[in-house]
Amino acid sequence: MAELELLVALNMIPYLGPVRIRGLLNYIKTYRDFMNAQRSDFLEIPGINQKICDAILESRKKVNPLEEIKRASELGAKIITFEDKDYPRLLAEIYDPPPVLYSLGEISVLNQKSVAIVGTRKPTAYGRKIAEQMGRELAEFNINVVSGLARGIDACAHRGALKAGGPTTAVLGCGIDVVYPPENYEIMKEIIKAGCVVSSFPIGTRPLASNFPARNRIISGTSLGTVVIEAAEKSGSLITADFALEQGREVFAVPGSVFSPYSRGTHKLIKQGAKLVESVNDILEELNLKLKSDSSMKTSFDIAGIGQEEIEVLNLVDYHPVSLEFLVQKTGKSPQEISAVITRLQLKDLIALLPGGYVIKV
Amino acid sequence: MLASLKSCAIYGLDSFLVDVEVYISSGLPAFDIVGLPDTAVRESRERVRAAIKNQNFDFPIKRITLNLAPADIKKEGPHFDLPIALGILAATEQVPASALEGYAIVGELSLDGRVRPVNGILPMAIEVKQRGLKGMVVPFDNAEEAAVIKGIEVIGVKSLQEAVGFFKGEFRPDDVLTGLADSVDDEYEGDFSEVKGQEVLKRALEIAAAGHHNLIMVGPPGSGKTMIARRIPTILPAMTFEESLELTKIYSIAGLLSSRSSLIKTRPFRAPHHSITAVGLVGGGRIPKPGEVSLAHHGVLFLDELPEFSREILELLREPLEEGKITISRMNATVTYPASFMFVGAMNPCPCGYFQDPFHECTCPPHKINNYLNKISGPLLDRIDLQLSVLPVAFSDLEKADSMDSATIKKRVEQARAIQLERYKGQNIFYNSQLTPAQVNKYCKLGRAEKLLMREAFQRFKLSARAYNIILKVARTIADLDQSEHIKESHIAEALQFRNLDKYFQYVRT
Repeated sequence: MAELELLVALNMIPYLGPVRIRGLLNYIKTYRDFMNAQRSDFLEIPGINQKICDAILESRKKVNPLEEIKRASELGAKIITFEDKDYPRLLAEIYDPPPVLYSLGEISVLNQKSVAIVGTRKPTAYGRKIAEQMGRELAEFNINVVSGLARGIDACAHRGALKAGGPTTAVLGCGIDVVYPPENYEIMKEIIKAGCVVSSFPIGTRPLASNFPARNRIISGTSLGTVVIEAAEKSGSLITADFALEQGREVFAVPGSVFSPYSRGTHKLIKQGAKLVESVNDILEELNLKLKSDSSMKTSFDIAGIGQEEIEVLNLVDYHPVSLEFLVQKTGKSPQEISAVITRLQLKDLIALLPGGYVIKV
Repeated sequence: MLASLKSCAIYGLDSFLVDVEVYISSGLPAFDIVGLPDTAVRESRERVRAAIKNQNFDFPIKRITLNLAPADIKKEGPHFDLPIALGILAATEQVPASALEGYAIVGELSLDGRVRPVNGILPMAIEVKQRGLKGMVVPFDNAEEAAVIKGIEVIGVKSLQEAVGFFKGEFRPDDVLTGLADSVDDEYEGDFSEVKGQEVLKRALEIAAAGHHNLIMVGPPGSGKTMIARRIPTILPAMTFEESLELTKIYSIAGLLSSRSSLIKTRPFRAPHHSITAVGLVGGGRIPKPGEVSLAHHGVLFLDELPEFSREILELLREPLEEGKITISRMNATVTYPASFMFVGAMNPCPCGYFQDPFHECTCPPHKINNYLNKISGPLLDRIDLQLSVLPVAFSDLEKADSMDSATIKKRVEQARAIQLERYKGQNIFYNSQLTPAQVNKYCKLGRAEKLLMREAFQRFKLSARAYNIILKVARTIADLDQSEHIKESHIAEALQFRNLDKYFQYVRT
């Protein structure tokens, strides 16, 4: 079993990924060995060339694992290694599990059944609604909802799970002490209470773009399956789906309108064989879990208390966005009448007004 | 040999009379101007000398001292050429000095003695009238502008010869102009009937015009924001004579009146580019000149691509939006220009323009959208009552024939304005957008059902406190358009629809 100090130190050295670190551990067992090792010792290790050797020797002087461990405990964060029994079992099965994980909250939720929910950072009203509902329903089945704490779908999925009281896990692309994006600070605090926040990056790491593929690998790696809710044609969420496939996990995709650019990515996944998801049961079924009795995403409304005028407008509003201008033309009513009706329907929760002058059925 | 005559100078937006005194004495030939002349005034020595000679008069080879009184205020501009030349001719008895009495004289001379048009004629004419002078001699091209003012004789001259001829009684201009403009008939180039479709937006603009509400339009590129903004002046009430006079004064001083034009009769539409400097926007310079905010007085100031304007520039709009005027302080002067305009902003929802567009993919990273939207800061947003969305026009709309024209909308706007004028008599405000929070409480009283609707909407739509008064003011305007004394539920329900930018903020922040 490798020393904690050694693993923390190795994890802090750039150019050393999980695979190289594991190779290195066959030769070097303790932090002291590591600090005393000569250039020639490193070069004997397969996978370590001159350049990487230089980088190790250079950064070896700078890293201080004891200090790092102290800082982690000051932050209230735990550090677990891939040899710990608490280490998420599913994550340990992947090709390149991160050697150390920093965590805040209850990391054991990752050993519960987990499902990842990912998607665009700029979802439509439709995507938001589904992400939140899916997050909530999965959490109600005591399935841990894993996502990346990003804006958009991620935040909605976490929020949904939190509504059901958790569990949920946020995997960060930065140090565990960095809140990114800052507006999700409140959500992060709640996630720590109802689940856990984990990161494979040393404390203080900035949220660099290059960190996110590594984070996505952990999101899919800790989960039985990954649900992609809305993704544009070239979206980071598709990378997560690719990782899930490589790791032999399920990929689920929620379809959308063929007109919506934010459903191109999910449709592409479906064409490639991802499971189409209409309701939470489609996920539960695939994972051989007990099904929910009534799971459909149907919306129904009470006709009582709705005026003729409102029904007329409501019949023209659809599940894809229609413009107010369209409603004015179709009904032949004045813009002021339509505006007033829209406000009433919004208050009755039958439609949602989107930015830009569109409405959609909810 | 002494002669004295009257001319005018400009200070800020107003004019004051200047005495031009000429004293010719024997001594070494010299020509000095005193009384705080600036460079353009000092250089007039050379123009005057050449003009007098080239018009076949005698230029005295003597010591000439010229004083511009009051001597403690700076005199600027080339319009003292003509009075200086006439002063010298009067002092040398080439013009009867007594004839000059009762006239103010302004004009720039060319070297051959022709008279060129100058800026600021209208405020000068107002001063001449107020000080009870008989009339004024002005460059021919400025005559119509001066003749806007009733009760003074306006003599337009083309050359120094003609001016001398007039005072000798030898020359009468074809028509001595007086009191040209009485009424203000406005005629605009565009019309709302040319805007096809966009009924929802047009209704919102009608509300904006009726209550003089500032507004911002948010929409993807190519949705016609600029085209529509240009037509807003066409639905604003016609300018009164006083408004027109005030506006013409500003343009006169800024030197933006075309020659041979009198009053400006249409409300201005100013659309400065986002590269504009602070001085360009609010006015200033060594010799203060009105900026875009003043040139948009009584009209529309349109800022396209609003987030592209620097924050410092947008901050400068606070004073005019609040006070309706702008005060510029310079080392040796503080001037105040009127700047009461309707603010119209336009912007894309994000740098690429397609954030939350259902049919196009937005390529902007979320933090860029956040930064972009955040450029429209709170203080500015506080003063924008209507946040509208603009969608591209569908092709089928382009083929449609009938669309409401500006005149019809304008009539309704004028009715609503009349109601407001009546209601706010003696309150020193004129339209609903000017209501203070205390006045909102007084004039925007709600019944029980209306209060309930407001409360429900606030909780559901997560509206800010800032939005509360704004929605009431807009509802007041909608009620006025409806000729309803009380604000009804339907008025509030409609007023709640103009928070489009807030929606974008909600979407980018959660």
